[in-house]
Amino acid sequence: MILSEIATSGPNFFYLAPWLVFIPLIGMLTNLLIGKRLGEKAIGGIASTASGLTFVVAVLLALSLRAYPEGTTVPFADWITIGELQLRWAFRVDTLSTTMMLVVSGVGTLIHIYAIGYMHEDVRYKNDPGRFRRFFVYLNLFIAAMMILVSGDNYLMLFVGWEGVGLCSFLLIGFWYEMDTLGRPSTANAMAAKKAFVANRVGDFGFLLAVLTMFWVFKSVQFTDVFASAQQIAESNPGAILAITLFMLLGVAGKSAQIPLYVWLPDAMAGPTPVSALIHAATMVTAGVYLVARTAPLYVLVPQAQATVALVGGLTALFAATIAVGQYDIKKVLAYSTISQLGFMVAAVGMGAFVAGMFHLITHAFFKALLFLSAGSVILGVERGHHHAAHHDGHEDDHAETFDPGDMRNMGGMRKTMPVTFWLYLIGALALAGIFPLAGFWSKDEILAEATALNFTVYILLAIAAFFTAFYMGRQIWMVFFGKPRHEAAAHAEESPPVMTIPLMVLAALSLLGGALNLPGVETLAHWIERTFETFGVKLHPAEFNLNVAITSTVLALVAIFLSWLLYGRKPLTDGQPDPLKRILGPLFTGMENKWWIDELYWAVILNPYIALARFFADVIDWRFWHDWFHDTVIAGTYQWLSKTALNVWADQRGIDAFANGLGNTTKALAQRLRGLQTGFVRNYALSVFIGVIVILGYLILQ
Amino acid sequence: MDSVFHPLTLVTFFPLLGVLAILFVKPEKKNAHRWIALVTSLFTLGISLWVLAQFDASNPDLQLVINLPWIQVAGWNIHYALGLDGLSVLLVMLTTFLTPISILSTWTAIEERVKDFMIFFLMLEVGMTGVFLAQDLFLFYVFWEFTLVPMYFLIGIWGGPRRMYAAIKFFLYTMAGSLLMLLAILWLGINQGTFNVPELVAKGGIPADIQMWLFLAFATAFAIKVPMWPLHSWLPDAHVEAPTAGSVILAGVLLKMGTYGFVRFNLPLFPAAAIKAAPWMALLAVIGILYGAAVSYAQRDIKKLVAYSSVSHLGFVMLGLFALNPQGIQGGILQMINHGLSTGALFLLVGMVYEQTHTRDFDVYGGLWKLMPVYGTLTLIVALSSMGLPGLNGFVGEFTILLGAFGSDAIGSPWYAGFAAAGVILAAVYMLYMFQKMFLGPEGSIVAKVKEHGHALRDLNAREIITLVPLLVFIFWIGLYPKPFFTLMAPAVDKLVALLQATAVAMH
Repeated sequence: MILSEIATSGPNFFYLAPWLVFIPLIGMLTNLLIGKRLGEKAIGGIASTASGLTFVVAVLLALSLRAYPEGTTVPFADWITIGELQLRWAFRVDTLSTTMMLVVSGVGTLIHIYAIGYMHEDVRYKNDPGRFRRFFVYLNLFIAAMMILVSGDNYLMLFVGWEGVGLCSFLLIGFWYEMDTLGRPSTANAMAAKKAFVANRVGDFGFLLAVLTMFWVFKSVQFTDVFASAQQIAESNPGAILAITLFMLLGVAGKSAQIPLYVWLPDAMAGPTPVSALIHAATMVTAGVYLVARTAPLYVLVPQAQATVALVGGLTALFAATIAVGQYDIKKVLAYSTISQLGFMVAAVGMGAFVAGMFHLITHAFFKALLFLSAGSVILGVERGHHHAAHHDGHEDDHAETFDPGDMRNMGGMRKTMPVTFWLYLIGALALAGIFPLAGFWSKDEILAEATALNFTVYILLAIAAFFTAFYMGRQIWMVFFGKPRHEAAAHAEESPPVMTIPLMVLAALSLLGGALNLPGVETLAHWIERTFETFGVKLHPAEFNLNVAITSTVLALVAIFLSWLLYGRKPLTDGQPDPLKRILGPLFTGMENKWWIDELYWAVILNPYIALARFFADVIDWRFWHDWFHDTVIAGTYQWLSKTALNVWADQRGIDAFANGLGNTTKALAQRLRGLQTGFVRNYALSVFIGVIVILGYLILQ
Repeated sequence: MDSVFHPLTLVTFFPLLGVLAILFVKPEKKNAHRWIALVTSLFTLGISLWVLAQFDASNPDLQLVINLPWIQVAGWNIHYALGLDGLSVLLVMLTTFLTPISILSTWTAIEERVKDFMIFFLMLEVGMTGVFLAQDLFLFYVFWEFTLVPMYFLIGIWGGPRRMYAAIKFFLYTMAGSLLMLLAILWLGINQGTFNVPELVAKGGIPADIQMWLFLAFATAFAIKVPMWPLHSWLPDAHVEAPTAGSVILAGVLLKMGTYGFVRFNLPLFPAAAIKAAPWMALLAVIGILYGAAVSYAQRDIKKLVAYSSVSHLGFVMLGLFALNPQGIQGGILQMINHGLSTGALFLLVGMVYEQTHTRDFDVYGGLWKLMPVYGTLTLIVALSSMGLPGLNGFVGEFTILLGAFGSDAIGSPWYAGFAAAGVILAAVYMLYMFQKMFLGPEGSIVAKVKEHGHALRDLNAREIITLVPLLVFIFWIGLYPKPFFTLMAPAVDKLVALLQATAVAMH
């Protein structure tokens, strides 16, 4: 009672909202302008402080929401005003957007700190310490763009942030743009960056169409306006809402890496590991989930769209999980796992379980960031070990050429060399596998429980995906940390410094305890987020804890882990031995290993045809036919032939002959005078045309 | 004297003073010519700012009008009439803004016959400004044709290996289109008794079938200039062969004369025909957007890629203009400016590296970002602006155009805008392809080749950065806060749209 009284008279920090964007921008500009003189510690400090202060602002906004739970809009500037089109930059502060702000800036800050340690080593292994600053400039820019995305009060601002984070993603995937992931000179990383941008652009195209449709249907793209008249439009023009929500789904598929646009995310692992954690696991890729949750008032009006979204999410969850099983790269496993988990979230928000989706978004941010960063710690540990070993044997030069520090087949037994990282990784893995009582158990279970009630097909898909999840995480743990080292680099691996492990410990604690955010019966998060949905008239489906579902998924997870132990733990992999699953699954495993050849399919069906078409247009149609044949041969050629013929006819007639000579002489004299400008008769020709026009004009005027 | 010191006369003809000064300086004093031209163009820019200060953005009508009888023989009623309104004010500013930038870009690139170059360049500025200010059809035509001459020589003398071919093609192609326009102008002058544009608009009353013929005659001239698909064949030749400054002005301003012509003449003079033609113009525009983007992607020559990208970008402008609603037209006009800034900057950037490498072949490039970090970063910003990244200028224009076209009554279907929006994907494909080929990946073979000649690739110098910074300021300004730019044109566009709407109502 007292608490709520304080709450209603509590302080209001809403006016601080613009600082969400400006603080990271200031951090970015500071490093951009004077970072060069400051050194690594200061650069990392400035960037992390900027991100940390952004988190503080987000916390203050969250506190203010206790007093004003319905949220508010903080106007900032008019952007474009043309007729009915009135776009402004304003900040929407409500429980939904603030949840995202907290996750982004909170996890973001931890990753900033971690990156100080990680990038310190990374830039040195890659022989370019100067690039340290660039990394933190990009990272702050990303936080700013992500804040624009989550804080916008209208779809266009959301779109601005949406594309902005895409740019940062592009820049950071291509951070080492002159090499491949193993540091060899190559365009591979650059191609990965481009692939991400273009795949996202396809999604953005959908988003853009959604915004355009929305404007002409609602005459506004502001959340409040659109949601207020949603019901009425749904009655008068249901097709429009279906179109808007489906176009949006394409955007979601791009940003949140769902079928059919997920293909960019695994390649995005070319970026430094903190990027994979921050952008390609915890925050940016969840923007699609946020978009659907944000647009709940529209989605709930069109069940077909909801079913489609849920199905896309469910299929993606399962499909990506199967691929994760067949990967050898420690980060690739996590990448496919991320796609799969995003599928869980998309499925959740698609079927109307908005709270469950957001809950999983939060816990996933914790444990997936933990996993990625720990994987980064492992990779650097192996790299250190490799350096160490190479140094001993004295073959310094060729080490970067052939050795892949991220390949799990090179690892093994690392729980002994990197004990801290091992425990942290284990917590992340168990949380992801959904083991009681870690964070992932609660959030995943809430999705599964809701699915049994809302969409049973999707439940089946997700349950199988959860089984695969536990299996591939088990496989990874056994391969990386158990058994004997399969490479001397793993044997000599060294633990990472505290600047890296301490942020990991915070994330590990959150992964352990994050379930407390929304425990069944208490449902703190549900009550918190509910307020936003109620403001916009969306009645949330009350989540119920379903013991049967919980037991089923726990059993499935345990069986999967047991199976993974049978295959990878009981008799650890030896150097050069093929994956034991290959023997059992045969061609199926080959499919998983090769990502079901989806990339190859896209090349065959979309990219190569487009390239061929573009070349055909450029070379055959535009150049040989239109430029050379039509213009040069047909038009110019005919004209030349005609004029020559005409000249010959005239030449026979004396009077005209004389006139032509006279004209010719005049022209010649004129040309002689202008010869200083340029030689060549083509110019004279053009000049005479021009003079001719002037003569004609003069005649017309003076007649 | 009032007419000589009239602001619009001054801003149009001031560069001639520079020409006069240059004539008195010996040809071998190259730097003197450069400085005279630069200072003259900066003064002209100053005058245009003074004009801008006198411009009342809330007034939809022509302002600062000057109207003197010029040719009044044999019943011809031709005036020296200049005027400025929201449709032209930004384009005049763009012209006076891009000219000094282009001149600065020639500082070391043009070494041959600097004197002649600068004379032609300043004369070109006179013609371009005149085109945007003329309010008498005949005067407009004179300026319009006049721009051809200096541009012809700029390409033909200082151009690449196939310069003569490109120059003659540019000249004849655009002139052929203009002749139809001339006939239409003469028809109007004879039958309506005046060449004065506002008077012609006010008079109206041209029968629908004749309107369509006149519309087509004007449209032919303008569509070639824009260039609209499929009349773009002269553009890659002209752009590839033109010297950098020529390309900048060509893309930045000369092409805008075509799109401007549509807004200034085709829409208000022949509104009924414009409404009827809108879906067809939109169709050509959308084809241009997609075709230009695809063809860009297949190029192996950097300049050619940028040239074809203009076909795509100007397709957006045309789509916006023929939406015939406020969003489309304002977006279209803004996109003219945006294209001038972004593509102008792209040509400058390409020229800067070309000066060092003497090749524009993609395949020899690679990894330049590491060697030329400032150059790489600026190119990235401009490329992103060109592909419509929010926060930069291109997005504001493209978005408003798509929005206008999507809901346009005149175009009649959202499909056009839908397909045009796909052009946004393709733009990312070719722009990122260019950026990746030049700047990312391992070092290209050109790096070693330049070294063989005893140089090393250097990053941009101060002059080059100064050349680019003004463009970047506007790229960000329009991207972040486009309001002042829209404010300048809004009343004039609203007036135009009101006219079009009244016509549409009358037609039904």
